[in-house]
Amino acid sequence: MKPRFDPRLYQITALTALLIYGISALHFDVTVARSTLILGVAIGAQALCSRIWGVRFDPRSAAISGLSLCLLLRSNSVVLVLIAAVIAVGSKFVIRWRGKHIFNPTNVAIVALMLFTPRVWVSPGQWGNLAFFAFLIACLGGLVVNRAARSDVTYAFIAAWCALLIGRSLWLGEPMTIPLHRLENGALLLFTFFMISDPRTTPDSRAGRMLFAAMVALGGAYIQFKLFRTNGILWSLAACSLLVPFIDALLPAERYSWNSHGGSPWSVAYSRLLSLSSAPLLRTPSAASTSPKETQRFSIGPHRSSSSATQIGP
Amino acid sequence: MTMANDFRGEPKEFAVVIPVPTVITRGQIHVADKALIDHLDAYSSPRLVEYFDEDPCRVMMYDRSMAPSAMGNAKAAREESRARSLGVTIEARYTVGEYDILILSATQSNGLETWLRENGYTIPPGASYVLGSYIRQNMKFFVAKVNLQEQAKLGFSYLRPIQVAYESPKFMLPIRLGTVNAAGAQELFVYALTRKGRVETTNYRTVKLPSDVDVPIYIREDFAPFYKALFNEQVRKEDMAAVFLEYAWDMNWCDPCAADPLSRDELKKLGVFWLAEENSGGAANAFLTRLHVRYDRAHFPEDLVFQETGDRQNFQARYVLHHAWEGTGDCEAARMYRRNLNERREREAHNVASLTGWKLGEIRKKMNLVANESPGEKKWWELW
Repeated sequence: MKPRFDPRLYQITALTALLIYGISALHFDVTVARSTLILGVAIGAQALCSRIWGVRFDPRSAAISGLSLCLLLRSNSVVLVLIAAVIAVGSKFVIRWRGKHIFNPTNVAIVALMLFTPRVWVSPGQWGNLAFFAFLIACLGGLVVNRAARSDVTYAFIAAWCALLIGRSLWLGEPMTIPLHRLENGALLLFTFFMISDPRTTPDSRAGRMLFAAMVALGGAYIQFKLFRTNGILWSLAACSLLVPFIDALLPAERYSWNSHGGSPWSVAYSRLLSLSSAPLLRTPSAASTSPKETQRFSIGPHRSSSSATQIGP
Repeated sequence: MTMANDFRGEPKEFAVVIPVPTVITRGQIHVADKALIDHLDAYSSPRLVEYFDEDPCRVMMYDRSMAPSAMGNAKAAREESRARSLGVTIEARYTVGEYDILILSATQSNGLETWLRENGYTIPPGASYVLGSYIRQNMKFFVAKVNLQEQAKLGFSYLRPIQVAYESPKFMLPIRLGTVNAAGAQELFVYALTRKGRVETTNYRTVKLPSDVDVPIYIREDFAPFYKALFNEQVRKEDMAAVFLEYAWDMNWCDPCAADPLSRDELKKLGVFWLAEENSGGAANAFLTRLHVRYDRAHFPEDLVFQETGDRQNFQARYVLHHAWEGTGDCEAARMYRRNLNERREREAHNVASLTGWKLGEIRKKMNLVANESPGEKKWWELW
């Protein structure tokens, strides 16, 4: 069954709309010319890597990475931002484990550059706290994750993050306006609906994704409120991504593929639940192919080689 | 951190209560020369075509109206046992310059509030909630008030800025105590001197003020009200939920300069400790960010949290005056110039209206726009 629409097209449209809004209304520190250049380099890098690794060229995931970088990463140096675009795309081909890339491309590019140079930064405050905007971005994001059939990780993360922020404020005796103000943040929504929801880098099983989301939230809160570092959730996502292969080994399930999950997210979730509940907790990777026929036919199991074109998603 | 306050009342009524992350020793406190802050202010203030311009180590705070006031002259030495019974510990007590300074820690907000009241500090109702959340975060309280005898001895008629040096990963400014007092919006200037680049808030939008705009000549006489109206209008446009960037510049130079850049000695006095590590003859590697915030409880529910970015792009709030050529030549080019001049003046009037929210008609009147329309020049319809 071919999907009616590729969820990535929704993502590209939503991210483009956000970028236009950011540049025109919020005066983001990025120009149209620079954005075009970043996009061009990301797609160019994808073309080059596809050629080297001998897979079919598909510009969509590279476009998503490029757009996300335009929205998030800031620098006075255009070269550094372009390096980020190359790292984002390159990471999908190079940093892999059992045919699955480890990091969300945009996330790893931002974190790598922030680690190695003081000349880049991310401005979490750039979105402001306009309720209208929060609503808009949430709707757009909700649409995207529903199409990508991985809304569970988003909901789990936002639930954990709300619990942490509200719990902390209750403990400190702060008014609820403080956690609400922190939640009404464009950068947080962008992270929740567009980054952590990336179906190619989250754990394969639903239970794994719940665990993963909770860990990212805990790590983010620790970095923000204990280490007093900005962008806690970005650092936390990169760190927790390293644990995904372990979570997959512990809680295996079928692998996500962009081209096989275009149908109703509920049917996919249901079939995944079935496969989870009918299997013992510790299964070998090849046992994942015992999941229901309908989804199995279009999925690429972890035992397959990495040369399949459908595996190179964002 | 250097704190300057434009408190205008009786010195005996002045007091500040500031949450700080650690206990501060005597050597970490210093009273600075007010001229330092005045120079910093002059150097970085918005300008009329006179121009200008790292490590989250130093924040300078210039607070125009915050400060719970102290009522009466409380006894300098209070019974420690009373404090202890309220769960308040006087960690340290210093007299520095004209200030009596206490470093307090507390176990419960009610106790601290009671202690402050008993010792003559006027604490607005509702403050104990705010104090409570700082206590839970293990913060200490830096409490300062004026020692009138010392002040008389020193002979200052104004309050000098208090400086506190400390190391902490918390790059933030507690503003919540200032918002408890419902006396309307507070005005705050933050000057940050850093090694790496511009400073911005991470939990509020940092917005660059409109700059490089052509304005009419008369603004030169009216610059203060113009800038005030401009700032009011920008605050309104952003729904009061933004922090405004007024200046971001490498401390080595300015173009053009509203005031000379600060000397290495002045920078050092402001806490730029890293200068000593570098060649004394070389450039002063310090980047100045000036932020201007108008805040109240409804729009700024949480404390300001900052980050130092790698942004070294210079920015200044600058408004441009163009003096017109006043010759009497009557060539085609001169006629063209005068026609364009009127259009330009009209544009300048619109610029001022949109920046300040002032009425266009009044701006035109002040510019003598109608009178300025070059006399003797034919209108296009004067064909017949």
